Amino acid sequence: KLSLALAATALAAPCAMGYTPQQAKASAGRRDLLKNAAAFTAAVAAPGLAGAYDLPDLPYAFDALEPFIDAPTMKIHHDMHHNTYVTNVNKALEGKPAVDIVTLQTDALSAGPGVRNSGGGHYNHAFFWDEMIAPDAAKKTKPSAALQAKIDAAFGSTDAMKEKFAAAAAPGAVFGSGWCWVVVNGKDELEIVGTPNQDNPLMKGVKDEIKYPILGLDVWEHAYYLKYQNRRPEYVTNWWNVVNWDKVSDNFDYVMKEHKGVPVRG
Amino acid sequence: MYKFVARPLSRAASRRMLSTSSPASLPPLAHAYDAYEPAISATIMEIHHSKHHATYVNNLNACLEKAEEASKTGDANTLIALAPAIKFNGGGHINHTLFWENLCPAAESNPPTGDLAAAIDAAFGSFDAMKAEMSAKSVAVQGSGWGWLGYNKSSGSLEIATCANQDPLEATTGLVPIVGIDVWEHAYYLQYKNVRPDYVKEIWSVIDWGCAEKRFAAAK
Repeated sequence: KLSLALAATALAAPCAMGYTPQQAKASAGRRDLLKNAAAFTAAVAAPGLAGAYDLPDLPYAFDALEPFIDAPTMKIHHDMHHNTYVTNVNKALEGKPAVDIVTLQTDALSAGPGVRNSGGGHYNHAFFWDEMIAPDAAKKTKPSAALQAKIDAAFGSTDAMKEKFAAAAAPGAVFGSGWCWVVVNGKDELEIVGTPNQDNPLMKGVKDEIKYPILGLDVWEHAYYLKYQNRRPEYVTNWWNVVNWDKVSDNFDYVMKEHKGVPVRG
Repeated sequence: MYKFVARPLSRAASRRMLSTSSPASLPPLAHAYDAYEPAISATIMEIHHSKHHATYVNNLNACLEKAEEASKTGDANTLIALAPAIKFNGGGHINHTLFWENLCPAAESNPPTGDLAAAIDAAFGSFDAMKAEMSAKSVAVQGSGWGWLGYNKSSGSLEIATCANQDPLEATTGLVPIVGIDVWEHAYYLQYKNVRPDYVKEIWSVIDWGCAEKRFAAAK
């Protein structure tokens, strides 16, 4: 019953999040199948087996974000890197009770490196795919009035925010692998924060308090190396061309209302 | 064609270069960019050396200039604020300099002999066992970092260690670097994509054990 309820919620949430019912349904349907299969296997073989996370499909073709993010990168990033995180978080949670991927983030730092790295990796990448959209479509999106007001309050303007974001995402700020986020903090204000490796601000202990991402950029080298090599600043600047501000606005509405991490598919 | 008529740096020259009292400079490679194929592609070698390492050198010099100014006035705040960037760029410069020195064309890569070979056997059981442990630990580095074969001066034996980001081995762990493997994605991505284990497996064919022997002799 729980998995049906979860599936129903999962079906509803993605539609509200700005992608087509077909995409949401396809993903949830497959997840249902997996969950049912896992549940059946579990009843027979290993009672208490956790429901498996799975790799959500990209909501666009591999080449949809060209020329700003190249198709080979999207394919390898999704099919190899993200897939590995999904496999490994499922392994790390074998035999443990099922937990929503958002909830998993909270205590990730104390749950061991498997959960921290791969559970973080799964959430971060699932979050990442859904906030992007083809450049032509991206042009037609913009921050909601409420979001724009918060951006202006925190940074002065969207351009000023992008400048600050560029500085926070630069190699001199994120030393090595990591992510750069725009978050809502405990005072309902926007901030820009960087996190190392696959940590994210939803994890207790990563920042001074839990903060809720509304937008995030992968600055691991694998996210940009095939096209940009060492030119991370160019990647960061170009990335704004594929940001779906409607989805980011939805993310903002959600975290302001719920003070929870944005749900993701998978 | 990338032809460098360079000889390996003398130890004195390396020490001068790594000294913070003179500006850092990008050391030339001892071999052409394509000399490490097929283990490491010429494209990777060129970008890794002429872009990544060069950037560490340039940024380090910029930091050192600011640090020098701050030192003159005893401006501790500035010095403290500069510390992470000095660690990152200085570490990047140190690590990559050591890295180029411990790479050589496959035809020149011969297994260690003498004291180093004996020390490896003593610490790990065999050369293969050492490589297996160093490979596993290097592959397991989360995110960016380095795998090292290092010499522990207190215990007098060899150890495998890993460091995150550009943290330099000796300053971080006290171990003297003998052989380093860069496992930042930029070290292998264009050729190996996400398959870091394949890169680590292949790089053994271009490790310069002669250089390692010299470092070991100096460290003991």
